[in-house]
Amino acid sequence: MMGLLFFIFVIAVFLGIELIAKVPSQLHTPLMSGSNAISGITIVGALVAAGLPQGGAWVTVLGVIAVAAAMINVVGGYLVTDRMLAMFKRKGGDKP
Amino acid sequence: MNLATLQPLINYLYIIASALFVIGLKMLNRADTARRGNLISGLGMAIAVVATCLLAGMEFQWVLVGMVVGSAIGAVAAYAVKMTSMPEMVGLFNGFGGLASMLVAWAEFHKWRVEGWETYFKLLPAGAPDSPLYSGVAIVFTAIVGAVTFSGSLVAFLKLAELMPGKPILFKGQQAANALIIVGAFAASAVVCHDPTAASAYAAFYAVMAIGLVLGVTSVIPIGGADMPVVISLLNSYSGVAAAAAGFIILNNVLIVAGALVGASGIILTKIMCKAMNRSLGNVLFSGFGSGATAGAGAAVTGEVKPISAADAYFVLEAARSVIFVPGYGMAVAQAQHAVRELGQMLEDNGADVKYCIHPVAGRMPGHMNVLLAEASVPYEQLVEPGDVNPLMPTVDVAVVIGANDVVNPAAKEDPSSPLYGMPIIDVDQARTCIVLKRSMKPGFAGVDNPLFFKPNTRMLFGDAKATVAQLAAEFKGA
Repeated sequence: MMGLLFFIFVIAVFLGIELIAKVPSQLHTPLMSGSNAISGITIVGALVAAGLPQGGAWVTVLGVIAVAAAMINVVGGYLVTDRMLAMFKRKGGDKP
Repeated sequence: MNLATLQPLINYLYIIASALFVIGLKMLNRADTARRGNLISGLGMAIAVVATCLLAGMEFQWVLVGMVVGSAIGAVAAYAVKMTSMPEMVGLFNGFGGLASMLVAWAEFHKWRVEGWETYFKLLPAGAPDSPLYSGVAIVFTAIVGAVTFSGSLVAFLKLAELMPGKPILFKGQQAANALIIVGAFAASAVVCHDPTAASAYAAFYAVMAIGLVLGVTSVIPIGGADMPVVISLLNSYSGVAAAAAGFIILNNVLIVAGALVGASGIILTKIMCKAMNRSLGNVLFSGFGSGATAGAGAAVTGEVKPISAADAYFVLEAARSVIFVPGYGMAVAQAQHAVRELGQMLEDNGADVKYCIHPVAGRMPGHMNVLLAEASVPYEQLVEPGDVNPLMPTVDVAVVIGANDVVNPAAKEDPSSPLYGMPIIDVDQARTCIVLKRSMKPGFAGVDNPLFFKPNTRMLFGDAKATVAQLAAEFKGA
């Protein structure tokens, strides 16, 4: 399983490089804040820590703080990206 | 219904979420699909959250508290932030992602200590390696990278928000200190991994997190304001790596895939930024560029500076058939983007071809100027990249430089002794006339004199960028 996880990791890194390599510079900021929101995926680990009873109260405390921090990253990241992209307009004002 | 039977469904949902992240990122590559791409990636996130909530044995009362509090803070911050403050807000959000990953590592470590390895191992997904060493390394690595991301992003935020000085903070033996910190991190990690259940291991784990936090601070303080685009992209990459590492702790594919995508995209952006400055990543991270050590280097510039009044600049612009605006950080500081767009519109109505040329590292984050001009409703077709404009520059009537300096410094091409030498610039000195809006003759961030100001076809228009641009627009209205 470990080997498989590393395999997935390496493939995903190459996929990420391919996806991003040709992005036009005008989209650098939305791309950055959009991918920044994706890094909030650590919410999954935070939910496991906060929601499952094993490990006792301290694990729940750490988990709940982690959930809050990850949600700031996720919600803030996506909303701010959407706000920026809403401003990118073509000539004539029609929104993409 | 037996909740345990939901496991296959959860796995499928994670696969769908990963696919949506990939599709979303792909769509973020093009301006006309970017907004939908962001929505799709957000949908992937929502699916991942729902799938995790389906796990057998989940209890929700505290989870909901965390989610509501975090969402509320994130939403308020996202709507309240001004476009000019976007770099620090993106940095701050990024820091919270790092904090979450660090806390996940801590929670897993604590769970392991409380439950013992036998029970902890059974909590991991089927097929997990029955190896305390593997889990220990994953936990320690996640804690360090998460901590570096968190404190590094906080320092970047403080610098960008000007709550602490933006110039590099250097002290004697800084690199030796950093090396020592890294050695300490390895030592503490070794103690944790050697016997994670020993009494000393918890102290060592605290040390690991503390060292990570210190390392984040010491690696960002020597980096100056104008190098922030590099730092922000790099920290973005770190937060992805931290999330992927957390995926290796709990053996979860969606964390690994999403984290790897972010890690890779951050590295690519970092590389683009470094290339735009013709500097290596090592040079950006360790040199304390612009600290004064490099200032004064380069050939002395001599010549005559020719100031121009707003009224005279109006006549030059009025006669121009093609105009290129080159905005820089100064435009953001003066919040001049709306005034610039208004002037650009008037020039267009006057029959001129108007373009905005943006250097990749202008401003404080990648694409900073694009966002500001988009806010002022400049259509994105009018935004052009230096490589496309430079060959046409000799045919351009007027290049208007607004608060940019180093990115238009011809010394980067002409003077091999200049610290900027080799950096790709926007060739405004090749335009028929170049008008530079500037507050004073102070050199730019790099502390390097700019021979552009002394070129025969350059005119200096001194004053606050916003006021000056508004003045030019007023001349047009009056005409």
